[in-house]
Amino acid sequence: MSAFDLKVRRYDPESGESAYWHDMRVELGPERSVLDAILKFKADTDNSLGIRCSCQAAICGSCGVRINGQSRLACNTQLGEASEELRSSDGTIVVEPMGNMPVLKDLIVDMDAVHWKKIQRVVPWLLPEGEPPEREYIVPGEAMIDITQSMACIHCGACVSACLSMEVDPEFIGPAALAKAYRFVGDPRDSQTEERLRDLAEDPHGIYDCTHCFACIEVCPKDVAPMSQIMRLRRRATGDYGIKDSNNGYGHEKAFVDIVGKYGTLHESQLLPRSFADGSLIKSQVRPDSLKQLAEGLPAALNGLRSGKVSPVKAIWHKKLPDQDQVRRIYHEVESRGERIELNLYIVGDDAEDTEVGPDGGADEPAMADAAEVDTTAGSTEEEGAGVQ
Amino acid sequence: MPHHDVLVIGAGLAGMRAALAAAEGGAMVGIISKVHPVRSHSNSAQGGINAALNPEDSWESHAFDTVKGSDYLGDQDAIEIMCKEAPEEILHLEHLGTTFHRNDQGKLGTRAFGGASAARTYYVADITGQAILHVLYEQLMKHEEVHRYEEFFVTALVQDDSGHVAGAITRNLRDGAMELFNAKQVILATGGNGQIYNPTTNALVCTGDGIALAYRIGAPLMDMEMVQYHPTTLAGNGLLITEGARGEGAHLYNAEGERFMENYAPNKMELASRDVVSRAEQTEIEEGRGFDDGTVHLDITKVPRKRIHEALREIVMIARDFAGVDITRDPVPIKPGNHYVMGGIKTDTDGLTPLSGLYAAGETACVSVHGGNRLGANSLLDTLIFGRRAGARAAREAKAMVMPSVSRAQLGHEESAIEAIVGRERSGRRISELHAELGRIMDRNVAVFRDEDGLNEALEVVKRLQEEAKTVATDDKGTIFNQDVLSAIELGFMLDNAEAIVMGAIERKESRGAQYRTDFPERNDDDWLRHITVTQSGSDGDLPELAYSEVTLTQWQPEARSY
Repeated sequence: MSAFDLKVRRYDPESGESAYWHDMRVELGPERSVLDAILKFKADTDNSLGIRCSCQAAICGSCGVRINGQSRLACNTQLGEASEELRSSDGTIVVEPMGNMPVLKDLIVDMDAVHWKKIQRVVPWLLPEGEPPEREYIVPGEAMIDITQSMACIHCGACVSACLSMEVDPEFIGPAALAKAYRFVGDPRDSQTEERLRDLAEDPHGIYDCTHCFACIEVCPKDVAPMSQIMRLRRRATGDYGIKDSNNGYGHEKAFVDIVGKYGTLHESQLLPRSFADGSLIKSQVRPDSLKQLAEGLPAALNGLRSGKVSPVKAIWHKKLPDQDQVRRIYHEVESRGERIELNLYIVGDDAEDTEVGPDGGADEPAMADAAEVDTTAGSTEEEGAGVQ
Repeated sequence: MPHHDVLVIGAGLAGMRAALAAAEGGAMVGIISKVHPVRSHSNSAQGGINAALNPEDSWESHAFDTVKGSDYLGDQDAIEIMCKEAPEEILHLEHLGTTFHRNDQGKLGTRAFGGASAARTYYVADITGQAILHVLYEQLMKHEEVHRYEEFFVTALVQDDSGHVAGAITRNLRDGAMELFNAKQVILATGGNGQIYNPTTNALVCTGDGIALAYRIGAPLMDMEMVQYHPTTLAGNGLLITEGARGEGAHLYNAEGERFMENYAPNKMELASRDVVSRAEQTEIEEGRGFDDGTVHLDITKVPRKRIHEALREIVMIARDFAGVDITRDPVPIKPGNHYVMGGIKTDTDGLTPLSGLYAAGETACVSVHGGNRLGANSLLDTLIFGRRAGARAAREAKAMVMPSVSRAQLGHEESAIEAIVGRERSGRRISELHAELGRIMDRNVAVFRDEDGLNEALEVVKRLQEEAKTVATDDKGTIFNQDVLSAIELGFMLDNAEAIVMGAIERKESRGAQYRTDFPERNDDDWLRHITVTQSGSDGDLPELAYSEVTLTQWQPEARSY
């Protein structure tokens, strides 16, 4: 048995006082969870501390909080781990309510006002064509397993809490709701695939509002990888339906990919003009409706010049990467594939077996981590090219 | 005052299915839940849902397995209905969007489960309950005409002058406001009561609210002594490892490395019914063949790694996060743990209780389809079939009547009761201490093996705790999210549930299904092939009344049970 110090952010809306820190010391083993510590404190000392919780097994999604600044579930964060983290150098575990959502009391936030409103936004139910068949819909097993990854979302709000885009644009539909959207877009039984994609692409707070920061992937306790689902939505929107959205997300992606393909690295000064001209400076002209957006982008360009990130010389003469051929080969390799390979945590690629080979068989590394790695790396190789902003 | 044709209390699978069916039947529906619906404990049903959907399978086979699993205490008319309607329900869920596992032809695929003579369990990886729960919640979001009251708690049911159940007293957890809800028909679907045991696989919300609410207004509770101990729960914290793991091929070993199920169920081995496997494990542990920490081992390593990730992902995570075990490489220590109550509020096959206007469905109810022991993957089915039937029947009944009138007096009474709790100075033990003592005595004396002395002791403790619970005080004196006052009320509910369980267990002087009496080790069909009902007596402090009712047999006569 060891003792852990916790610093819990509390707020009592009925007191008229502002939020404050409550220090507590709880005696529990290091393998027990932060939720166990909070529940023990509630049981032994003060049951007025508010926290939603139920299953204690990372399935119900109730106990989303921020621990040492990181959004996660209190029930599957171990005390020992949490107290050893860098951000709490004196070993004190800092527990706060989740971000991006209003606090109602102590660790309880208003999920309805943010998370569930956004879920409702993506038309979160299946819209099949016509009457259902007499038996089940016949669909590929892989498709079901593929969308089961987003079905695994437990709506804990951790990704919403951690989302940097939402911090800047509270209207952003956000990682959880867009992952939910992919669940229907990826479902062969749904008849509104293109309509859904067009809607999410055209919405200025939709799929192109994601800044690709990986925060949601990092914090998701169920490995739903919301950002990967958002990137899949983009790939479907552009690759399968060629949706050229008015937000210019399509143009930006295409410009990015083309520039890297040509130079091996990003030619920053070409990105902006090419983005607003469907990826090509020569072939097509800047679309009239893009002029305003292009003008809005100018301060960013000037900033680039000021900071030295872009110099007038570099802006015109952008050196190609040595061994640029290698980049082309990667492009060729990806483009020559007959179909997109979408690994996820239910579908472990053959590579996963290889990563285990080693003197100790990788025994200290949990198998799920192997799978997670396969997923993010496989996903992001494609994604880097497709959608970094 | 909100009023609805049909008021559903509880928003897990049974509650949401009932609400959707009632709405489809043309009723104005309200659905109340003390947590957001997707937090419901239906989430934790990992393994799957049974149905004889394959042409080679038959509903009769499914029904017989269920009857045998129930140790012949299940009502065969109800079991027949459930098994006949199961395939259609699975297809309905599939059409709504559930991402059921497919076989190579893209059709629905199955896995094997305990006590079943065919692989007829349909599943979504090992998050089947969660997947269906979310799909039903999608439908609730779609059907905005169903009014949702999320994070509302029910403190009491309301009856009109004739005794017809006509509404409920609610407390909005967000602001503490109390309100009288008026309804023509009321459906209880609040799940089970595992929190009266410690440890348990059940979530903190499973405090038997609906069972107690009905019990308090005189509804009979049936077969409450039938409490299932699941064979594979994590030693430390009682978390569930799905039966699907054994369905996929995992084996059980004692500390001597022996696959001990050979001695108990040579045919079905690890896939015998749950009461059989739990008793086998408990026997191994008590006779000294378990591991030092009082466990046996579940070995999943034989299942191919790719298949584990595809089909048992949740278990990989649970074992990793909560037991520090990588199940793809090492066995996981497990033991039997409290999991499910087969008993509940006595209902007919439409979910109607003996009280006019009151229905129950899912784990709250006892139809009875599970009898003395529930088969794995039959609980999700029970919630959906009888949730739907209750919703449809309630909608029909509601059409034929006007809104019953209710008095506001009870609202005042409930408000004062809560004010009294909140205003009380602490004079005795904390709520958590009472809850912990209850959990300990139930797990010690009312578990896999029981005897008269132990049960009498448990009853004494429960009666003492009931008195003590009347004086508990709260730390929280506020109105916004006062979870403390909620736990005071839940404690009272749990003690009512415990009372009925122990009373039933003392009364049933035989061993059947989950009830194993070491002082009466044989099944005794002559005297005890019957249901036991427990009904609260009118006067405070008295023990409840016990009564019996016949088990409905249709085509299967009781036989000796072996696996």
